[in-house]
Amino acid sequence: MTRNKVTIDGNEAAAYVAHKTNEVIAIYPITPSSPMGEFSDEWTAKGKKNIWGTVPNVVEMQSEGGAAGAVHGSLQSGSLTTTFTASQGLLLMIPNMYKIAGELTSTVFHIAARSLAAQGLSIFGDHSDVMAARSAGWAMLFGNSVQEIMDMALIAQTSTLESRLPFLNVFDGFRSSHEVQKIEELSDDDIRAMIDDDLVHAHRLRGLTPDRPFIRGTAQNPDVYFQARETVNQFYDAVPGIVQGAMDKFAGLVGRQYHLFDYVGAPDAERVIVLMGSSAETTEETVNYLLAQGEKIGLVKVRLYRPFSGEHFVAALPKTAKTIAVLDRTKEPGATGEPLYQDVITAVAEAMSGGKMAAFPRIIGGRYGLSSKEFTPAMVKGVFDEMSKSEPKNHFTVGINDDVTHTSIEYDATFNIEPKEVTRAVFWGLGADGTVGANKNSIKIIGEETDFYAQGYFVYDSKKSGARTVSHLRFGPKPIQSIYLIEKANFVAVHHFNFLEKYDTLGLADVGATLLLNSPFSTEEVWDNIPRAVQEQIITKKMKLYVIDAYTVAKEANMGVRINTIMQTCFFYLSGVLPPDEAIAKIKYTINKTYGKRGESIVKMNYAAVDAAIEHMHEIKVPAKATSTIELPPVVSPEAPDFIQKVTAKIMAGGGDLLPVSAMPIDGTYPSGTTKWEKRNISLDVPVWEQDLCIQCGKCMLVCPHAVIRAKVCNESEFANAPATFKFVDARWKELKGQKYTIQVAVEDCTGCTLCVEVCPAKDKSQVGRKALNMAPQLPILEQERINWEFFLKLPEVPRYDGAGLKFNNVKDVQLLEPLFEFSGACSGCGETPYVKLMSQLFGDRMMIANATGCSSIYSGNLPTTPWTFNAQGRGPSWSNSLFEDNAEFGMGMRMAVDKQAEYARELVERLRGVIGDELANGLLKADQSNESNIAQQRQRVVELKAKLAGLTDLPSRDLLNLADALVKKSVWILGGDGWAYDIGYGGLDHVLASGRNVNVLVLDTEVYSNTGGQASKATGLGAIAKFAAGGKPTPKKDLGMLMMSYGYIYVAQIAMGANDGQTIKAFIEAEAYNGPSIIIAYSHCIAHGIEMERGLDQQELAVTSGYWPLYRYNPMLKAEGKNPLQLDSKEAKTPLKDYFYSENRYKMLTRSNPEAAAKFLKQSEEIIQERWKMYQLLAKREA
Amino acid sequence: MNLTTTYMGMTLKNPIVSSASPLSKKLDNIRKLEDTGAAAVVMESLFEEEINRESRQLDSFLSLGEGAEALSYFPDLETFNVGPDEYLKSISVAKKAVNIPIIGSLNGVSTGGWTDYAQKIQQAGADALELNIYYLPTDPNMTSTIVEQMYLDVVRDVKKSITIPVAVKVSPFFSALANMAHRLTAAGANGLVIFNRFYQPDFDLEKLEVVPNLMLSTSFEMRLPLRWVAILYGRVPVDFAITRGVHTYEDVLKGVMAGAKVTMMTSELLQNGIGRVGEILADLTKWMEQHEYDSIEQMQGSMSQKNVAEPAAFERANYMKVLKSWG
Repeated sequence: MTRNKVTIDGNEAAAYVAHKTNEVIAIYPITPSSPMGEFSDEWTAKGKKNIWGTVPNVVEMQSEGGAAGAVHGSLQSGSLTTTFTASQGLLLMIPNMYKIAGELTSTVFHIAARSLAAQGLSIFGDHSDVMAARSAGWAMLFGNSVQEIMDMALIAQTSTLESRLPFLNVFDGFRSSHEVQKIEELSDDDIRAMIDDDLVHAHRLRGLTPDRPFIRGTAQNPDVYFQARETVNQFYDAVPGIVQGAMDKFAGLVGRQYHLFDYVGAPDAERVIVLMGSSAETTEETVNYLLAQGEKIGLVKVRLYRPFSGEHFVAALPKTAKTIAVLDRTKEPGATGEPLYQDVITAVAEAMSGGKMAAFPRIIGGRYGLSSKEFTPAMVKGVFDEMSKSEPKNHFTVGINDDVTHTSIEYDATFNIEPKEVTRAVFWGLGADGTVGANKNSIKIIGEETDFYAQGYFVYDSKKSGARTVSHLRFGPKPIQSIYLIEKANFVAVHHFNFLEKYDTLGLADVGATLLLNSPFSTEEVWDNIPRAVQEQIITKKMKLYVIDAYTVAKEANMGVRINTIMQTCFFYLSGVLPPDEAIAKIKYTINKTYGKRGESIVKMNYAAVDAAIEHMHEIKVPAKATSTIELPPVVSPEAPDFIQKVTAKIMAGGGDLLPVSAMPIDGTYPSGTTKWEKRNISLDVPVWEQDLCIQCGKCMLVCPHAVIRAKVCNESEFANAPATFKFVDARWKELKGQKYTIQVAVEDCTGCTLCVEVCPAKDKSQVGRKALNMAPQLPILEQERINWEFFLKLPEVPRYDGAGLKFNNVKDVQLLEPLFEFSGACSGCGETPYVKLMSQLFGDRMMIANATGCSSIYSGNLPTTPWTFNAQGRGPSWSNSLFEDNAEFGMGMRMAVDKQAEYARELVERLRGVIGDELANGLLKADQSNESNIAQQRQRVVELKAKLAGLTDLPSRDLLNLADALVKKSVWILGGDGWAYDIGYGGLDHVLASGRNVNVLVLDTEVYSNTGGQASKATGLGAIAKFAAGGKPTPKKDLGMLMMSYGYIYVAQIAMGANDGQTIKAFIEAEAYNGPSIIIAYSHCIAHGIEMERGLDQQELAVTSGYWPLYRYNPMLKAEGKNPLQLDSKEAKTPLKDYFYSENRYKMLTRSNPEAAAKFLKQSEEIIQERWKMYQLLAKREA
Repeated sequence: MNLTTTYMGMTLKNPIVSSASPLSKKLDNIRKLEDTGAAAVVMESLFEEEINRESRQLDSFLSLGEGAEALSYFPDLETFNVGPDEYLKSISVAKKAVNIPIIGSLNGVSTGGWTDYAQKIQQAGADALELNIYYLPTDPNMTSTIVEQMYLDVVRDVKKSITIPVAVKVSPFFSALANMAHRLTAAGANGLVIFNRFYQPDFDLEKLEVVPNLMLSTSFEMRLPLRWVAILYGRVPVDFAITRGVHTYEDVLKGVMAGAKVTMMTSELLQNGIGRVGEILADLTKWMEQHEYDSIEQMQGSMSQKNVAEPAAFERANYMKVLKSWG
């Protein structure tokens, strides 16, 4: 039987079987498993049926805990049910997993295994999550490659029905979940043949039904719980046999034979590695290579990890094995060893004591590959070499340099075994240029249109704007087992010329490799513009050099900056994988397949780009000597602090893997304010200030998402030594008469979003197209503006207090406050960060921030550099992220702590009155800290207090010295997106706000889970298309503000900076001033809305004027003044709702895919908006 | 009363046609137009540029992503229906729903686009096609010869690619309108729709921005097409339609007398409802009865330049006379 060959990633392979073999699917987004939910939702929306001819029901839940609960309920009601998750998501499922296993329930959860957050969060892959879940009593099968993920998904489904034990189908997050490989797709017939319908019926009959009532889920007591717990043993005992039976049946059908433990290697091997997951492929490849060299080595691949069959394990092990190295992709601090190591030790020990093994082999355990750390043949060989030593290290690590506790073993990093017949290509691209998409298509073309096997893996950096991607493509005549990044590429494509300066793009190039360079320079100029160090590499490695000005070709084909198909065509031409004509025909075929749905013009545009590519590509004859005068710039300024130089700069340059353990902070603590050292220079155009036109309104400063545009007012004398091109004019404040005003742009940090230009209201009266801010090319002004920026930073800040007369309660004044959140990695034009930055300006020097996981935690806390910074006094926001689900509680904990500290400090002041003196003590205790001046005075008192306490040795004095800063007001802010506030964290949010404690919540409402790629949340609008709501969100947005107002004592504001910036500032100030709980719900335009980001502020205005997003403030303090607490800050709708909706792709898409539904949702939305407005009006008009 | 007229080979029950407008977006409106007496409906224009723009936007939004956590931002739907399908479907649905002729309307940007979409509109069942050609030659180096040739090429290409009658909606901004009408006809146009009414942008003085501003027509605006149809009638062998400022039965009468085979209206129907067609037809009939006309055809072109007593009234003397009358 011929089966389809498909080129897909691991997530799709797992979801394929899951969707075919289930009736109910409960989903929730979490990286890297989200695509499995997305596939399921899309397939169900498209009416794709399972093997029984019915379309599975897919439901998104509010958390992984919720998904597990729904799965449990559905299973208990007799339906075939599944879910997908990873990392903390799996941890949230554990309580239900115990129940599901205890009740002997058939199900398979598909897990893209990922690290757990410890000293830091990581989205990347290892086995920490599934190892944390292993005590729940689930069977665990590991798939090591994309093919095996699909195969194991089916074997697990077969086995769970027969054994009644639930299964985890585990594969490595990213490395397997996101790796694209050519595989053989299982057919419906294969799946049907593997699923015994009698067992399905039996599963259904075990379900709860009033037609056959019984009770399950009782509470049991000491008399019976224990015995009842032991009833399941027989089922666990049977699993190995059942799984092997399923594997054998599968082999009979499909031809691929698996075993619980698969041994590869010499029959008389003396050294054997035991491991599981994708690294088994790499290890197998290495073992085979070393076997050919006569080594007596082997590998045991663990497939069924739970229940662990010691008997089968020992049987799989060659009797000649003298040393066994068990490799775990997890860390269990404090244990006698990692889990698999312990299992192997136990299995061998039991076999020995049972007389089934003659000699006890030496067993060592090691850790590798945490958080997708590379695991290469060199490391495999390093482990084998270690095993050869007379005293090999136990509890070792491999792949890092542990220079502290010296766990790491040595290996020869140059050991490389990549087969000669495999073509290895590396592509350096930008997220925005479509490189990854094109490479996925290339893999598909090679995989599906040739006899070659093909593999693609994609590495992304942590930034959301200007993000770099590195694609690793392999293809060759045999299945590819090299599950690691390419180390010696014979083709390197650099899609952006400036990458040559920033990264060691040719470090991976093999001798004789081909370099394809996208160059804006002519063929005559290009060589001289290549940095000297890069020229040297090209010469030394004897590389062939081809260049193309892909941007010009793309521009001529109306494709903007999307150079993907152009570069792809050149790759095919140069790689010779197919004859050129055939390759171009295939590329065009794939273009039509991929883009056809998007319209004929898109297809034609891409065709034109493909046709133009080859003729614009030129070979450059590589000179014999490097002649360039361009030297590689230092990664960071020499002025950067030591930690930045020694650690951060290394990570920035891509050398983080080489940092030793001793370089890393021990507890996840990193310095604040490090983005300022990472000059990214990602925008070709930057705003330039026209001081003669500027009205000094401050709107540009307010909306800048990256805090790159700043203003100061100082005395003229401060400008005495200003650089020649530094601009300043008379300040237009009556309070600051006689002083000078300046605006300065950090051109190296600007992302070019143009929001500042869009919002600028000042126009030239003779040429209205010229504003007070206009975009201009960055390069010509780079040097001068770098100097100007340095000068600007040294100018004094406007004092926040001392009677400068500024109120800082309006946009004009606020622009002068120093932002303490700068140059984040957020998207260009981000709708969230302007609020975040504003918050930092207003309260930054006394803020504590609890940040829910999501976009805001990523742009706030993702290494290498972070944006929260500090002022000249060294004060700035403290920031931390706990989890996704617990952020409100995390912030509440902060409040409790600082309140307690302040309380105790006050008690100590009272107790130590004699030492401190009455005046100071009274001042400290009675301080009114409701404004900046008073806070500054209190700070001064604390300084005096510390001076008095210094040197005192009694405990109360030392305690007070230790706690003195707690006497100054702290502002606790709980920050997160709508996924957190409306869904996963809602219970906690509700509780924390209801507690009455003085916490401030800022909800950055993008109406989707933006960070994970735009899945629907309860904040998503009715009829909006989002992932997990492919048919349009069927229910209206939850009115979070109204829910919170119902308490009566919570300050609630709904804001949209683009519609009313003054109201935004008022809301922040009032929320902070309110001595109780407050919540601000901020409309945050987002890339996931399908808008041009430079139109973000206009979209905000449309949301308000259409009535969709009414602005209001509910201030409980007004009640005390006898006033109505609710003030409406926007007017009744005047813009038709459709003008707002259909200017955003998220709504517009549905009018194209399902116009009837779109029309229905629009009408319903209009009604809901009107009804809600009436209710708000009524509430606002009430007598107080 | 015989109100019958012919337009590009189609026999129409009267000379009132609903011109290209958003009215035709809803099938219900097309039914109402038939019920109230409209003789034919010109569908809203299919804009190739709009289709392309929408495609480009969709493509760009669907291509966003390529980050570790967000590989994309939107689900991959089965179909997006960008392109002309919705428009073409509306033609075939309208054809099935009513008995009056349905005339497609097309604004293309590329040669391939004009002919390709014209064929698709024909396949969808349209009885005729109106080419909504407009081009603002803002480049000072672009000569009228080049612009005129572009118009002629479009007409010739489209005519070659389809068999249904083709009308050209022309603008009044040609240096030699009569010559242009003649050449368009020679290029194959079966009808000339006089004139295309462009939306003119306005200024927002507070924001100092150029803003779109839709103004509905008034009867006064009919003077220009009235004059030109009167001049061209009998000189250029083509069917004329007047489509600007037709609001009343008097406007219809004037248009027909100038030489139009049909008069087209939109503003009146948008302002005062589709039912106005019926009222105008009743008034028209009444007037014709009162003035003892037998048929519409009887009066067609009766007041064209060649048929009036003072042909010069349509030329420069006309201008002079107006000025004098003010005095």
